[in-house]
Amino acid sequence: MVATAIAAGVSLPIGAALAIFRFRGRRIIVVLINAFFGLPPVVVGLALYLALSRAGPLGPLALLFTPTAMVIAQTILAIPIIMALVHRASERAWARYGDELTSDGATKLQAVPQVLMIIRADLVTAVLAGFGRTISEVGAVILVGGNIRGLTRTMTTTIALQTSQGDLSLALALGAVLVGISISISATVFALAGGARTAGSDEV
Amino acid sequence: MIKLRNVLALVAILAAINASSADEQSIVLASTTSVEASGLLEHILPQFTAKTGITVNVVSQGTGKALDTARRGDADLLLVHDPEAEQQFMDEGHGSTRRQIAWNDFIIVGPSADPAHVRGGSDCVAALKAIAASQAPFVSRGDKSGTNAAELRLWKMAGQTPDLLIKQKWYRDIGGGMGQALTAASAMDAYTLSDRGTWLSFNNKRSLIVAIEGDPRLLNRYDVIELDPRKHAGAKLAAAKVFADWLVSSDGQQAIGAYQVNGQKLFNPSATSPK
Repeated sequence: MVATAIAAGVSLPIGAALAIFRFRGRRIIVVLINAFFGLPPVVVGLALYLALSRAGPLGPLALLFTPTAMVIAQTILAIPIIMALVHRASERAWARYGDELTSDGATKLQAVPQVLMIIRADLVTAVLAGFGRTISEVGAVILVGGNIRGLTRTMTTTIALQTSQGDLSLALALGAVLVGISISISATVFALAGGARTAGSDEV
Repeated sequence: MIKLRNVLALVAILAAINASSADEQSIVLASTTSVEASGLLEHILPQFTAKTGITVNVVSQGTGKALDTARRGDADLLLVHDPEAEQQFMDEGHGSTRRQIAWNDFIIVGPSADPAHVRGGSDCVAALKAIAASQAPFVSRGDKSGTNAAELRLWKMAGQTPDLLIKQKWYRDIGGGMGQALTAASAMDAYTLSDRGTWLSFNNKRSLIVAIEGDPRLLNRYDVIELDPRKHAGAKLAAAKVFADWLVSSDGQQAIGAYQVNGQKLFNPSATSPK
């Protein structure tokens, strides 16, 4: 949850800005972000593990095997997904409304929140996609969190553990709960966003 | 630049949140999958925490990986079961004291159909030879864990070379924990070497049965290793020592011996009379 929020906070403005501002290297960044869309979680986990290890560069923070390490890993995983989706939607919106948005003398920087308002229904999708990534992730969080009972054990890592212990019924039950949570959150968000969708970006 | 500064600020905030919320008295115990998967730690840790207020955060990995985690300085204490790898760890100067806390034994489990005809025996080396001769499927942990190391030692005694074994089709290296290996063995009707604790608490045995047990070469010793302050100044060694001392104390030994699954004792406390 926290990871999704942070990732969204970082990604929304940058995603829109990437669509609006033209500068050298922009295309490369866009390509990179889209490539990181499929960033393998274990690789992120491994890199973060090495960085956060007491022998690593961020070692003094003593963050390995803590919930914070997991939040960082999930944030890194969610950012490219949210950013890429926001960027795509923003680009379409900018192509359509860009001239209007800047014609009244507004700068491009002022146009960023405007664009985000136009594509707010797409933002829901983007954030949900990011949330889906964080809630369903196992590989990275088990590496940097350590699957410590009561501290860094998540539903996904519990399912992995129970399956390995042969408690298939418990693993399956937890899986059902996890899927249920996922569905209810996205249902709620879409219900709340329903008004926005009809009023706003149906043209996009 | 602004972005980088924000990221750094974020990390600093997260670190601060983490530091304030984390219990001062908590240690990271790098342990093997078998003591965790068997439920032992879940059984004894609450007793220890109630007595001392120290929280033990267990990261369960294979012994090889647990030792590496400690080498890197990411653990405060070790609970492992691979005598040779432990000796190497001590020789490298990473550990200060190493004490045995309990033992149980390894067993060879296999499908009840018993294609290699080894069921009921007690000679584990002869059994492995029979398994290799009949090319019956065998699941290997393949994760440098204590059980994996024991398995490879036994294969060597049976005249096999580990490097050649992994090329055999019937030898299936799954690279996973004990529970995963048992799950794989039960799904593939394969033999595998398991520690008794994990086997007894494993709930998905299907057609698996104990094929070989009682060989003295199947002894499985668990040691607690404290880290050397000269190499691991950043570790919480004082709190770790409290836990290590408790494990070998009469209280700790009693707690270990009292742990049962389905009426069977999983670990035999042995701090006073190491095997």
